[in-house]
Amino acid sequence: MRLRILVMSIVLLGATGAFAQSKQPPPDFVPVENAPPGEQIPAMPLLGAAYGFIWVGMLGYVWSLARRLHQVEAEITELESRKR
Amino acid sequence: MTRSMVVMLVLAAGMFAAAPFMIDAAPYEATMGLVYKIYFFHMPSAWMFLTAAVTAGVASFRLLFLKRPRADHWVTAAAELAVVFGAFTLVTGPLWARKAWGVWWVWDARLTSSLMLFMIFVAYLLLRKYGGPGSDKLGAGLALFGMANVPFIYVSVNYWRTFHPPTSVVPTLPVEMGIPLWYCVTAFTLMYVILLRLRARLEHQRARVEALYLAEDEL
Repeated sequence: MRLRILVMSIVLLGATGAFAQSKQPPPDFVPVENAPPGEQIPAMPLLGAAYGFIWVGMLGYVWSLARRLHQVEAEITELESRKR
Repeated sequence: MTRSMVVMLVLAAGMFAAAPFMIDAAPYEATMGLVYKIYFFHMPSAWMFLTAAVTAGVASFRLLFLKRPRADHWVTAAAELAVVFGAFTLVTGPLWARKAWGVWWVWDARLTSSLMLFMIFVAYLLLRKYGGPGSDKLGAGLALFGMANVPFIYVSVNYWRTFHPPTSVVPTLPVEMGIPLWYCVTAFTLMYVILLRLRARLEHQRARVEALYLAEDEL
């Protein structure tokens, strides 16, 4: 008797599960093969930012170096003229 | 500035000006498309970053063990360039990774150790600015540790799992991609040599100013 009740319960549970699955709403996340064009990360701004950063950084460093060299050389000229 | 320096500077500036045309002529890469062209400036920057770290290490060795005080000027010059080229590498890398990997950054061995090397040389510059007397020798010790990090950074991509391209990319590059790369490497190397010499000259001149002030005090 107990065994019969157990078997019937299992069959009932399985049927309920199958029914529930067939009635599931569509998933929220829908997979697609390719990303929609509007969602792809554009390469051009990244490329521009990378090259721009190096160009600006290089020019800025050269300018800073030239300024510091000019200052120190002006100081040397002044000190040497004072020495004379 | 010597004549050779002027020639090198003009050559490097010309090469940098023509670089965008060389890079534009390079083909697209099959999986990464256009964004891989960041490589043409990213990789030479990274090489100069490591070269500057080695230069600082070698000069530190000369300062500490061979007692050459003028080597300190070269350590300072190379350390500053390591920070400059390190910044170029660490900014352009994530810009490339955002598109190629989908993330700005991953904490793998290559990226983490590169960031550590950059921080070592930032620490060096801070130490030299605020460290007071004796900071030259402390800084030289720090730069030696920086140099020891370089081989680890270079081989890390071959031993640890990473998204980063391995070292085998460069020797296996097709000719049409290799030409713009070696062109950019030459331009960056020239620029590195010029900047290193100019920055070392600044340190020589600063030492001269100090000597002149000392001579004035003695009078």
